[in-house]
Amino acid sequence: MILVVIEHADKTVKKVSLEALTLAKDIAGKLGTGVAALSIGAIDGAGQLGKYGADTCFVVEHENLSSFDSTNYTSAITQVAKAKDASIVILSHTSTGKSLAGRLAVQTDAGVLTGVNQFAGLEGEQLVLKKPVFAGKGIATYQLRATKAVFTLMGNAVQPKELGSECPVESFAVEVATPQTKVLKIDRVKGKVPLPEAEIVVSAGRGMKGPENWGIIEELADELGATTACSRPVADMDWRPHNEHVGQTGIAISPNLYIAAGISGAIQHLAGVNSSKNIVVINKDPEAPFFKAADYGVVGDLFEVVPRLTEAIRKYKSSH
Amino acid sequence: MNILVCISKTPETTAPIDFTPDGKELKTEGMNYILNPYDEWYALVRALELKEQNGGAVHVIHVGPAANDIIIRKALAIGADEAYRVDCDPKDAWMVASEVGAFAKEHAYDIIFTGKETLDYAGALVPGMIAELLGVPFISFANHLEYENGKIICQREIEGGYEEVEAPMPLVVSAAKGLAEQRIPNMRGIMMAKRKPLNVIEPQCVSPKQTLTGYEKPPQRTGVKLIDPENMDELVRLLHEEAKVI
Repeated sequence: MILVVIEHADKTVKKVSLEALTLAKDIAGKLGTGVAALSIGAIDGAGQLGKYGADTCFVVEHENLSSFDSTNYTSAITQVAKAKDASIVILSHTSTGKSLAGRLAVQTDAGVLTGVNQFAGLEGEQLVLKKPVFAGKGIATYQLRATKAVFTLMGNAVQPKELGSECPVESFAVEVATPQTKVLKIDRVKGKVPLPEAEIVVSAGRGMKGPENWGIIEELADELGATTACSRPVADMDWRPHNEHVGQTGIAISPNLYIAAGISGAIQHLAGVNSSKNIVVINKDPEAPFFKAADYGVVGDLFEVVPRLTEAIRKYKSSH
Repeated sequence: MNILVCISKTPETTAPIDFTPDGKELKTEGMNYILNPYDEWYALVRALELKEQNGGAVHVIHVGPAANDIIIRKALAIGADEAYRVDCDPKDAWMVASEVGAFAKEHAYDIIFTGKETLDYAGALVPGMIAELLGVPFISFANHLEYENGKIICQREIEGGYEEVEAPMPLVVSAAKGLAEQRIPNMRGIMMAKRKPLNVIEPQCVSPKQTLTGYEKPPQRTGVKLIDPENMDELVRLLHEEAKVI
């Protein structure tokens, strides 16, 4: 059985988990086994996960799991995995998934890989998985034992597919001690999709000339339902918060659409974004290296082009 | 306060990456390696600051062959007191973590730091594995850390925000940007580093948990399509009809 650990915020299942279920269903079909979802904490519409591939959804609720603690979460997942004889555990490649994969692999004595963006089939008893390496400058192929594996799946790597019908929901009792760590406070930006999960990202760099000019970028992002990002120099100058910095030393992203305005495209920036499925570059310098890595380019003054693009999208949306 | 900082090497960030024609190996000829920035700029420097405030010692550990001594000397030049190198060429995170875990079990460290990931394979697996081997808490992606009343208070990066966590020592912390400010080694540090102990330890040599079978280059983009800056309706049309993203 393949166990998919569900991520959720405010009881709503995240899209990355629907992607993980879709991939799990694909792998389970090839292995001739089933898929179970596991949610730590209550979620709305747990039965709906059946539509994306889960045969059962297990829900674990315990006061000692009310906030994230890597020891307790690992213990809870291990207890379910052992009781249900899970051969593969799939996590999302998020701060939570990345914090659990190593612990879980040690505790369950499993093979492990993080940042997977493709399942390339089976080779005998081995899962063949691919992931971007060297900040996207290469792709590496790995093999993990299909009988005992843990991996994390990158956001936007799989298109979630609604196939089946609702599945049964079962609560599962675990034993966990009082957590050693205590979460004191959570600060989350409301209403925005986090960068690694965003399907559309609008990013800007030094060409913006100053933080006071970011209004046009935010308007474009709002019109597209996109998340905003920035280049490293802009984060270093504190024009934008550090958690918006995408690139080799920032966040690596692979959205369906990446729009970059006023970013020249240094190799370290490209490294973090070149897994994006489509790239639009807006820059007044026709020699900007980013144009070589782009699908669509606009050579022009971003202060004119960006508002014009926002307007064109607004017009398109009102006529569709 | 006794602190262990795990350090690794990574190709320099502007290095061109290429593979052998059979796709089996990374071409390493002429490749420049650096101390992994998350280990150097954030983990090591925060460890040194904690030692400066509270006393104790900062040790660094590296799992790798003697050719990597140059990056270990850099960590000593920045200010680490003593270094350990486990003499093997690890194939994956598990081989690194099991060596560090075995070493740390024999020593009483209050904090074990790692960078949040290495720039090359970005696995982010080593710190969680060490924490599991030692049975201690693990705080990942810390961008702020204070020592207060015998406890560690961290701010860590989570999706779309931050979380503030309190944890007892000993613990494992993985360092993200913001945890400290980069320190450049000075001439005195470089001279002193030559006399600091660099101890070589025999490896345990466990089997890896993953097998890398080959590499390929990412698919090339077919070339940029230039759009008239006056005609953004055309760009919107292409994004809808051709790219199918809106």
